[in-house]
Amino acid sequence: MLQLQELISYFENSALADNIRENDLLFPLIESVHVVSICLVVGSILVVDLRLLGLASLDRSVSRVSRGILPLTWFAFAVAVASGSLMFISNATKYLENGYFIAKLLLIGAAGLNMVIFHAISARNQPQWENQARLPLQARLAGGLSILLWISVVACGRWIGFTMRIG
Amino acid sequence: MIDVALSEFSKWLAATSLSHIIQTTKWVIPALQTIHILSVAVVFSSAVLVDLRLWRLLNRDVPLPDVARRFLPMIWPVLLVLLITGSLLIIGEPKRSLLNSAFYLKMALLAVAIVLTAWLQWSLSSSPNFWDKNQIRRIAGQLAATLSILVWCGILFAGRWIAYTQAG
Repeated sequence: MLQLQELISYFENSALADNIRENDLLFPLIESVHVVSICLVVGSILVVDLRLLGLASLDRSVSRVSRGILPLTWFAFAVAVASGSLMFISNATKYLENGYFIAKLLLIGAAGLNMVIFHAISARNQPQWENQARLPLQARLAGGLSILLWISVVACGRWIGFTMRIG
Repeated sequence: MIDVALSEFSKWLAATSLSHIIQTTKWVIPALQTIHILSVAVVFSSAVLVDLRLWRLLNRDVPLPDVARRFLPMIWPVLLVLLITGSLLIIGEPKRSLLNSAFYLKMALLAVAIVLTAWLQWSLSSSPNFWDKNQIRRIAGQLAATLSILVWCGILFAGRWIAYTQAG
C-alpha cells in the first residue's frame, strides 16, 4: 500500500503531470480523447450486449457479432485507460479523495469481472446455443448487467467533473 | 447586433421557470449530460462501425449494405434524444452555449455529419454496390469514412470545449 502511494506521488510530481496541470490546452485535449474513447467503448459493447439480450443482430451468432465489434472496443478501451491515467496523475491525490472516481474504478472492475465470469461459464457450451435468438439466462444476465454497469461508469465519470474542481 | 439579441434571449431563457428548475436541482444537469453522452456513444459508435467497414477493417465477412442497415437507422431516433437533452441543457444554462463559439462549431460540424450519414445511408439503400463499383468508388468510400470519423470526433471535442470557453 505504501509502495503504491509512493508510485502515485512519483507520477503526480513528474514533469508530465506538471505539464498537464499547468498547460491550458493539454487537459481539455486529453479529456476530449477520453470522451471519444469512452463513447466508442460503451457504444460498441452495447451492440454485443443487445445481442446477448436477444434484442438486436439476431441473425448472427454471438461470436460472429463479437468478432466484428470487440477489436474496436478493446482499442478504444486502451485509449480510454491511457487518457484516463494522464488525467489521473495530473491530480492523483484529489481524484483518490473523490468517491465517484473510486466508484467508477470499481464499476469498471465489475464490468470486467462480469465478462470473465460469463466467458468462463459459457466456454463449455456456447457453440450449442449461440446461434439462437433467445439465449440462456446466463447470457441475458451478462448482457443486461454489462449495460447497467457501463451506464453507471459514464454517470460516475460525469459526476467526477461536478464534485471536484481542478486547476 | 446578433450578440445583443442572443444575450437578451439567454437572459429571458434563464428567467423561465423550467430553467429555474434545472438550475436549482443539483442532479439535473449531470443527469442530462450523462444521458447526452450515452446517446452520443450510440450515434458515434454506429457511424464509426460503418466507417470502419468502408475501410474494410471490421466486419469484412458482412456485406457493407448489411452493416449500414444494421447501424445507421438507429442514429436518427437517438439524435432526437440528443436534441431534447441538449435543449434542456441550454435552457438550464443558456449563456454557456448560446454565447459560445465552441457550441456553434459543434452545430456546424453536426450539420456536416448529418448530411454525410444520410448520404451514406441513402447511397447504400438505393444501390448496394455504390461504394464497390470500381477502384475510384472504393477510395471515395474510404475518404467519406475518414471524413465522417473526423467530423464526429470534432463534434465530441467541440462539445467538451464548451465547458472551457463558456462566457462569464
